[in-house]
Amino acid sequence: MFNFLHRFDYNYDFLSKRKIAVAISAFLFVVSLLAIGFRGLNFGIDFTGGTLVEVGYTQAAELENIRTRLSSNGFSDATVQNFGSSTEVLIRLGIHEEYNNEQLSNRVLEILKDGGVEVQMRRVEFVGPQVGKELVEDGGLAVIYTLIGILIYVAFRFEYRFAVGAIIALVHDTVITVGLFAVTHMQFDLTVLAAVLAVIGYSLNDTIVVFDRVRDNFLKMRKQSVEEIVNRSINQMLGRSVMTSLTTLLVLIVLFLLGGELIHGFATALIVGIVVGTYSSIYIASVAALALGINRNDLLPPVKEGADQPPQREIDQP
Amino acid sequence: MNQYPLWKYLLIGSVIFICSLYALPNLFGEDPAVQISPPYARDVKIDDSVREMVAAKLTELNLEFKEIEMTPERLLVRFSNTDQQLLAYTELLKALPGYIVAQNLAPATPSWLIALGAKPMYLGLDLRGGVHFLMAVDMKSALVQDEERYINDFRNVLREQKIRYRGINRLPGESGGIRLSFSDAELREQARKFIAKDYSELMITEFDGTDDYQLHLQFTEKALEENRQQAVEQNITTLRNRVNELGVAEPIIQRQGTDRIVVQLPGVQDTARAKEILGATATLEFRLTEGDMQAWQEAQSSGRAPVNARLYQRRDGAPVLLKRSVIVTGDQINDAASTIDQRSGSPATVVRLDSKGANRMLETTRDNVGKPMAVVFIEYKTETSVVNGQEVKSRKKVEEVINVATIQEAFGRNFQITGLTSAEAHNLALLLRAGALKAPMEIIEERTIGPSLGQENINQGLISVMIAFLVVMFFMFLRYHIFGLIANVALMLNVVVLVALLSLLQATLTLPGIAGIVLTLGMAVDANVLIFERTREEIANGNSPQNSITSGFDRAFTTIFDSNLTTLIAALMLFSFGTGPIKGFAITLSLGIISSMFTAILVSRGIINYFYGNRRLQRLPV
Repeated sequence: MFNFLHRFDYNYDFLSKRKIAVAISAFLFVVSLLAIGFRGLNFGIDFTGGTLVEVGYTQAAELENIRTRLSSNGFSDATVQNFGSSTEVLIRLGIHEEYNNEQLSNRVLEILKDGGVEVQMRRVEFVGPQVGKELVEDGGLAVIYTLIGILIYVAFRFEYRFAVGAIIALVHDTVITVGLFAVTHMQFDLTVLAAVLAVIGYSLNDTIVVFDRVRDNFLKMRKQSVEEIVNRSINQMLGRSVMTSLTTLLVLIVLFLLGGELIHGFATALIVGIVVGTYSSIYIASVAALALGINRNDLLPPVKEGADQPPQREIDQP
Repeated sequence: MNQYPLWKYLLIGSVIFICSLYALPNLFGEDPAVQISPPYARDVKIDDSVREMVAAKLTELNLEFKEIEMTPERLLVRFSNTDQQLLAYTELLKALPGYIVAQNLAPATPSWLIALGAKPMYLGLDLRGGVHFLMAVDMKSALVQDEERYINDFRNVLREQKIRYRGINRLPGESGGIRLSFSDAELREQARKFIAKDYSELMITEFDGTDDYQLHLQFTEKALEENRQQAVEQNITTLRNRVNELGVAEPIIQRQGTDRIVVQLPGVQDTARAKEILGATATLEFRLTEGDMQAWQEAQSSGRAPVNARLYQRRDGAPVLLKRSVIVTGDQINDAASTIDQRSGSPATVVRLDSKGANRMLETTRDNVGKPMAVVFIEYKTETSVVNGQEVKSRKKVEEVINVATIQEAFGRNFQITGLTSAEAHNLALLLRAGALKAPMEIIEERTIGPSLGQENINQGLISVMIAFLVVMFFMFLRYHIFGLIANVALMLNVVVLVALLSLLQATLTLPGIAGIVLTLGMAVDANVLIFERTREEIANGNSPQNSITSGFDRAFTTIFDSNLTTLIAALMLFSFGTGPIKGFAITLSLGIISSMFTAILVSRGIINYFYGNRRLQRLPV
């Protein structure tokens, strides 16, 4: 079972299967885009504005009863569901203009306490509509700025084709991760957005490690074709990719199982993102860089003039 | 080969020692405590007499306490359990009227650590329970108020300057502004010169009406910006005072962006009361009355008031005419308290003015003994009305005359207002003490976390970190054996360094922040994985063990640097745009990257050098 733990001399021919991989990726990518476009995301109140109330009961809560009470008091848009256990209830409401922001949550708690049952307030969140709008804008901008910053750094450290390859992989990972949320209609809230941005960081980390080895091998392996070099590099880094992804994934599974309800979306997004990110660092990033035509000459250190002379040491006179 | 010089070991050792020291406070937990602070706006400090009083009270109740700490700003009594804390809180609240008594969780850090400046991490509201409000300052109303103040000013100064004007009012329309009208161009020119000289914050445009000569005044962009700044700052000050009245331990009140204010009240459960006190925008104005009862009745039936007066409603709906010029406004009030009026035995509010207000009050009352003066209570309320099928929110200024009383004698700094119920007297005193909000505010975001949920979040977070830790260590050992164990030591130190950094920066730890730590744990081993994989490769290529260690570390370095720096870019972007939870996550992620670079590269190398360096090795345990 732990065979992989002791091997480190892999020799798979990854690139020969690249057509299949690209086809699968393209399919997932398009499905994700369509889902995001047509089905849309189930945005949490962080983005849409609205009110969320989480309460705890001493016994199992009667959801139907809560629904009726809320709708007879003018909250017909309330969604009422169990949250984590049968005694805990999560109520979500849209924007209610007829109440002052400060009164809305109080009102909901009053209605719940009306039945004379013991209700414990666990959490109230109210987000005004303008705050949500700003968040959508800021979040979108943050993603774009992050991509641009990374593009510049990678182009500077490697070469522009690598940078483009890395960005293609990043967009691929981000879209598929978000796409999953669109397909399953899991709630997309602030923590999920943070997770998506963390996926960008992680997936990039993976991609850079592979690229770094490709750059190394270009300088070392003078006789092989570009394709062979890329293949070799991926194989050399496979042990590391599997090991790091595995530890990170296990840690996230722990978070998913034990971190509580509030962290679920976050953990889910990262688990998906890391699986996709590891795969894309092998296939998408390198294949993209290959397709763009990376070659040895692009990465050779520029020959400096006068490099054949021994460097002149300058000695400062104190 | 593979030897670190002594100074490098010492450096690594001392960094770890210092970090351990600063991470230490987080292990001591918190004591339930009661915090007593002096009442706002009276220059009272906590002194020995208060301390003795508290100690006597607790002894009388047979309540054991751990210790009493005293600073001029606060007195802190620590207890060993929450039952004692609650009892002491209710009793001390009764025993110390006027003082602000609050329940608090005080870090139980030993004093020698505090002396070093070591403090535990600050727990976010989602981990300790409490309320978070984001408030938006309503700048439009603030501008209207400013313009009204200027109009008042001009009435007085133009009269003093002997410049006769025909009318002065706010310009209708969105952009606002003030309109002064004169009967001839000569007078207008005089006024223009005078205003241009003394009021550089106003832009003046001349405008010829059909039968008058007008000046239109607008605030310059710079003045508007200053007003905005001032409004937000004054509101923050006012909120601080009000929060003090609520008796909250360690509140956070900060500006966010141009016109937002964040208020965090740890441990507050009664959010309704908190919202009421924070959001109340009440202030007072003192004005002289105009005319007599008959004139008031006429004004009400005709709906028209004389030029220099305005029609107000009293509480019982009766009309009253008040002069347009204000004697004193709420922001000139220094202190207020509820009391019982000696003469009538009815509830009253005692008011103390600042020197400027006192002078005006003295002048006015001296000249007007025997005449009635009115107290106007002003409150802003949000109303929703439907306009063309669209719901429109508007702020409404509700003004009512709470009391009209005859000026018995000249008074200045101290006086009292009667004609209130006892609850009203109490609330009015509180609001006046806490100052007036310069501009109305609206709560645009609220997050309340109950205490039980906070405790749950902490427990779940800690368990996740522990288990994640064990899982990672187990796998590292499986794959890299002894070197894996060395990486595990580095990983443990990584957490120590991370916690120390978070404590030193006094960063707020939130649930997403804990998730960030867990994620960092998973990713932190990456540097060691890269190094060890490289070392194995070198061995497989037939290099000697010592050479393999060296090149494993050296050649993995650029990879680690590149890959971590890009992740750091992403984390910094997160930090720059994020608020609250996102920021918390970004902080732990970036610090985690930095500390893992240190531990994975330097510390693990140090350990390996110490045990394996400079020896003849047959094989490496990797």
